[in-house]
Amino acid sequence: MSAAVRQRLMPWLARNSWVGPLVALLVLYGVFALLVPDTFPTAGNVRTMIRQTTVVGIAALGMTLVVILGGIDLSVGSTVALATVVIAYLLQAGAAPLPAALGGVVLAAACGAFNGILITSLRVMPFIVTLGAMGIIRGAAKGLAHEQKIDAPVTWLNNLIAELPAGSRWQLLPPGVWLLILLAAAVAALPHYTRFGRHIFAVGSNEQTARLCGVHVSGVKVAVYVIAAALAGIAGIMQFSRLTVGDPTVATGLELDVIAAVVIGGGTLTGGEGSILGSIVGAMLMTEIKTGGTHLGLSNWVQEIITGVIIIVAVALDRLRHRRAGT
Amino acid sequence: MSDRRLHVADVSKQFGPTRALAGVTLSVAPGEVHAVVGENGAGKSTLMKILSGACEPDSGEIFLDGARYRPKNPLDARRHGVAMVYQELSLAPHLTVAENILLGAEPATLGVVRRAERDGLARQALDQLDRPDIPLDAVARDLPVAVQQVVEIARSLAQSSARVLILDEPTSSLAEDDVRRLFAAIRRLRERGLSVIYISHVLEEVHALADRLTVLRDGATVGTGRVADMPAGDIVRLMAGRQLDELFPRSPHVPGDVIVEFDGVAGLSKPDAASLALRRGEVVGIGGLVGAGRTELLRALFGLDPVRRGTIRVATWTGWATPRRRLDQGVGLVSEDRKGEGLAMGMSIADNVTLSKLAGLGPGPVVSPARQQRAAARWIERLRIRCRDGAQRVSDLSGGNQQKVALARLLHHDADVYLLDEPTRGIDVGSKADIYGLIDGLALAGKAVLLVSSYLPELVGVCDRVSVMHRGRLGPARPARDVTEHSVLMEAIGQA
Repeated sequence: MSAAVRQRLMPWLARNSWVGPLVALLVLYGVFALLVPDTFPTAGNVRTMIRQTTVVGIAALGMTLVVILGGIDLSVGSTVALATVVIAYLLQAGAAPLPAALGGVVLAAACGAFNGILITSLRVMPFIVTLGAMGIIRGAAKGLAHEQKIDAPVTWLNNLIAELPAGSRWQLLPPGVWLLILLAAAVAALPHYTRFGRHIFAVGSNEQTARLCGVHVSGVKVAVYVIAAALAGIAGIMQFSRLTVGDPTVATGLELDVIAAVVIGGGTLTGGEGSILGSIVGAMLMTEIKTGGTHLGLSNWVQEIITGVIIIVAVALDRLRHRRAGT
Repeated sequence: MSDRRLHVADVSKQFGPTRALAGVTLSVAPGEVHAVVGENGAGKSTLMKILSGACEPDSGEIFLDGARYRPKNPLDARRHGVAMVYQELSLAPHLTVAENILLGAEPATLGVVRRAERDGLARQALDQLDRPDIPLDAVARDLPVAVQQVVEIARSLAQSSARVLILDEPTSSLAEDDVRRLFAAIRRLRERGLSVIYISHVLEEVHALADRLTVLRDGATVGTGRVADMPAGDIVRLMAGRQLDELFPRSPHVPGDVIVEFDGVAGLSKPDAASLALRRGEVVGIGGLVGAGRTELLRALFGLDPVRRGTIRVATWTGWATPRRRLDQGVGLVSEDRKGEGLAMGMSIADNVTLSKLAGLGPGPVVSPARQQRAAARWIERLRIRCRDGAQRVSDLSGGNQQKVALARLLHHDADVYLLDEPTRGIDVGSKADIYGLIDGLALAGKAVLLVSSYLPELVGVCDRVSVMHRGRLGPARPARDVTEHSVLMEAIGQA
């Protein structure tokens, strides 16, 4: 590579953290396609992988904003579970599907407001507050459901991320996936093209500077936690759609998958960095490894080890990229 | 070769396409304090990195007491007796003074630290610096910066049989009194035969302390000699190719209406009582010692700190206000703490310049990155900020250029009142001259500037009126023609 090319390429790579994971995604796709040519590289399998990424993907949108802000949200899994319970509860009580789903999102957003307000008013680290909230929200979900699964009548909510029926193939992807794509586009535009978004970056990069520049730091923080939790609520709708019941024990440990997706995509837990596109690619990469591993006949434990290694390698490469670019 | 402790012969270093050093020659004798001066980007830091083992030269030779010296890494350099004290303090904030001084070199038996011996060694090192008053069991982060600096130097003394001590801008965050103590300590080390390389922007310090000096420009040695033979004007000319009196451009300022007026302002602990009326079209300086309450006054005026007592009026608004409101009222602040508060180091120049006023860079809540870049490009050109483009990270820039970015933010904001806290600290002479020119231009354009500075020539040279703060009390603002560096200093230490 000539020096001139390097000089333009390296800063560009440093600014666009999604490129590396995307390359990894495509390369791994090629590897799996070669190893299991009959089942892996089929349109059906690709659709399945995309559908399976929806829950983590939507939750990762919100987590990316939180990570850019310099925070973390460990209560995402619990929030998803609470949302499924609330949706099932409302459906059972006779609510129409749309209000029921919105009810789940609103309650999830309230959880985010709870986190955000505690973090800004008590000045306790987000890790601690959301660790506590993880238990509180999980407990609340279990209490609301009397520690049981809540059955709900079958509605169109159950078809959001199901394989499309033969007559609707023209839609290409199920509505839940389209929703993910729309949300991703909206949330990706937010940090880079809006005042609020630049303020998120500024708070994550240097909170003191943001305050000096007249940014309403607490307001930005609370808003980001609310948005992230609302997105977790929408992820909860998708989770409910797959389960068809409200389950207070579902999505245990989901927050770690979500954080892993964000980190693979270039987010740093010190704040100021993160990419929506990168996080989506990170989520896809993890699904791809799981699916490819299953097609290869690898045991679950092997897949888990590979996923763990990928997370560490991704972050290590990210650091290297930054050093090379001299940033 | 006893007259040459350290000899650097024609050393060059290339970073990618940038030539950082292009033939530097430098000789330091034992028992000599040798100053290295030059603008930012002149190659001082690269040279120090090479000497301290952080990077290797491309060509040229270095000799230490006659033997070829090429350290593989900073540890290797220390083993050879070359110790570097960095500008950024590198103490472990949670450890005690003694633990920090012997960090990594603790005397131990089977891994168990021999505490008494460690404390003895730490005490010895502090005694060498004439600071037996520093408690060994104090936790580093609780200590004032000046004391941390001394601990840092003690560390380099305790951990190596130091032959060469390199100090990089050691006084940039010290008060007058601490500077004197530091100088006394350095002189003691010199008497013991240690060679000290002293990097500084402050020519007064060089004259007060150094025996000889070497001037670097564009990566090469452009002059060397005895300090006593080189007046400040000659040194500045060598550094920048410009005259000292050109540093302070002075146009006649015409004061207008009072735009900021505060009376009896008191903060939580400081200031205690500060009153002043600042007019459009004038530059008012605030002198005083570090810790007198000057920074706190600016922070209280800007709404970053609470006000306990007193009134503040900005144009037609009365009372305390948040930073957001102050910015809306046309008041802007440049913080003394560039890294911690002034700039978001990880963000781009364009982001930093436009952060306080993103409105107007797109319809509604939208911010157009292209318009952000255009806004930044304008200020990059106007302020001659040396950078690739507006998308470059602020952390890549030199101190002087970073400071220009912080000022560009207020210019982009189109502020009327500029609260500037030590705006030229730790930056090169060229950037200083640019900033003085800018301040002069602001006053001509009818803006009001309140300038806090510890650099006396700057206070006297740039300001229309000068006021001095002593222990939280702000003295009367006197016309610049009635004050001298001496009178400011006397008032600052309460002897006026």
